[in-house]
Amino acid sequence: MNWRIIRAIVRKDLLEVRQNGMAWKPMVILPLIFVVVLPLIVILGPKLFNFPADALTSDPDLQGFLNNMPPAMKAQLDGLDSHQMAIVMLLGFMFAPMLLIIPVMVASVVGTESFVGEKERRTIEPLLYTPATERELFVGKMLAALLPALGLTWLSFLAYTFILNVVGAPVMGRFWFPSLVWLPMMLWVAPAIAFMGMTAAVLVSARTNTFMEAYQTTGMLVLPVILLVIGQATGVIYLNVTGALVIGLVLWLVDAELLWFALRIFSRARLMARV
Amino acid sequence: MTYAIQANNLARQFGSVRAVNDVSLAVEPGEVFGLLGPNGAGKTTLVRLLNGVIEPSSGTARVLGFDPAAQGGDVRRNTGVLTETPALYERLTARANLTFFGTLYGVPEAELPRRVAELLERFGLAERADDRAGGFSKGMKQRLALARTLIHQPKVLFFDEPTAGLDPEAALQVTTLIEDLSRQDGRTVFLCTHNLEEAQRLCDRVAVINQGRLLAVGTAQQLARGLWHGLWVDVTLYADPGAAFIPHLRTIPGVLDVTGDGLTFAVQVQAQADVPQLVAGIVTAGGLIVRVSPREHSLQEIYFRLQQEARS
Repeated sequence: MNWRIIRAIVRKDLLEVRQNGMAWKPMVILPLIFVVVLPLIVILGPKLFNFPADALTSDPDLQGFLNNMPPAMKAQLDGLDSHQMAIVMLLGFMFAPMLLIIPVMVASVVGTESFVGEKERRTIEPLLYTPATERELFVGKMLAALLPALGLTWLSFLAYTFILNVVGAPVMGRFWFPSLVWLPMMLWVAPAIAFMGMTAAVLVSARTNTFMEAYQTTGMLVLPVILLVIGQATGVIYLNVTGALVIGLVLWLVDAELLWFALRIFSRARLMARV
Repeated sequence: MTYAIQANNLARQFGSVRAVNDVSLAVEPGEVFGLLGPNGAGKTTLVRLLNGVIEPSSGTARVLGFDPAAQGGDVRRNTGVLTETPALYERLTARANLTFFGTLYGVPEAELPRRVAELLERFGLAERADDRAGGFSKGMKQRLALARTLIHQPKVLFFDEPTAGLDPEAALQVTTLIEDLSRQDGRTVFLCTHNLEEAQRLCDRVAVINQGRLLAVGTAQQLARGLWHGLWVDVTLYADPGAAFIPHLRTIPGVLDVTGDGLTFAVQVQAQADVPQLVAGIVTAGGLIVRVSPREHSLQEIYFRLQQEARS
């Protein structure tokens, strides 16, 4: 494989996404809400808007979460006042799966733009007339989707950690974030989810010819992550290190299967046949 | 002889449609070869087959000695294809477009900026080099696409409808650039078009295609000879030579038919070699010649005659 060609494809695709506000603006707005707005509301809200911190944890769903919580996790809440408890429960446990929306969203948006966008604008034709091999084209486009997805996820996680510890320090009295479960979530599950977004974009691109149509289809990938959030909020599932490792493993196995299909679809002749 | 492009019974089927049907042709190095046909005739499919982008259902091809089906990468390293639409990255600048494709075609990193600058200069885009391609006029976009096909200095160029959708001025600019590429640079050009004037101006030989099948291949004269029996010669005289003149013409060896009378008439002879004998016969019979003009069939006449014959 010629890495000069792969680098050129990645650079070109990222430059194109950067120039397309419709593609990157939603990718930045959502992390800003998850990473900045929601934590600030939970940490500063009770003081700024003068509402009792109990209001944050009095929701029946949260009570369910609290009641069914495994003892090891419950131990982390011992000795905390209601505001501190709200911060740890909401920002430490419940928002963990929410951050996973970022890699799937970014990978599928960039992947869709990269694979289907080229078809829609017919720029794929001159690309296929170059001597670049199918593998080089695939790896280039794959990295173009994965790198910003993981970059933005990890950047968001760092910003989240900073806000929770620095802004939250006066309430919590110490640096407390992240708990151990976040490590497999960010380093094992998030890459698997980003990879899924990318392979889904390739698969969808084989059947669709417009960006919007493909984007609507790949957008459905967010649903499993949302189910995870709901499952956790209602106390049906609790993410611990083992749970995160198992979820990651399942996702990587699904990814391997999807990759196999994607590689079969990504052939010059197949792509050209639909131009 | 090693041909630049060669196809032997090349065919490609899509479902029940035979897009390219037993096409055989050979293009010499440095030749400008035109492939003429209506939309959907199979021209683009043939270009894709010759560049190894799609595989043939049957038959073989060679481009610069490489088999496109098995050595597609080698073929594409040596060919440049101008697609029917410019298909530029419109959000990128002209320079970024050329740099990207130069990298994919393997132009050495140290040489690429100089080559990009030269092409931008040659195609009159140097002043807009750092503007986004999306803001260019159609003619400028087509010139940038032409520059893209030359970034790796290919030996064989494929042009697919290069002037489609351009205004007359932009079309003339593009045609002149293509002419320079073949006449000055000596590259082999495979031109797909349904613009017959453009083909007449640029091509050394043409092939006419319809429904995937080649109807004829040759120079315009060769094709005309195959379609029309004999050669018509228009004659204009200074003074009326009298009633016996026309019957006399019919007795000249090589003359097949005479139409018209008086000062202007047309004579059909068997071949171009019979024209001097015809002129001598007219002079001997007392005809005062003002003008003798052998009729040449335009590519347009040839094309429509071939298409008509194919339909019938």
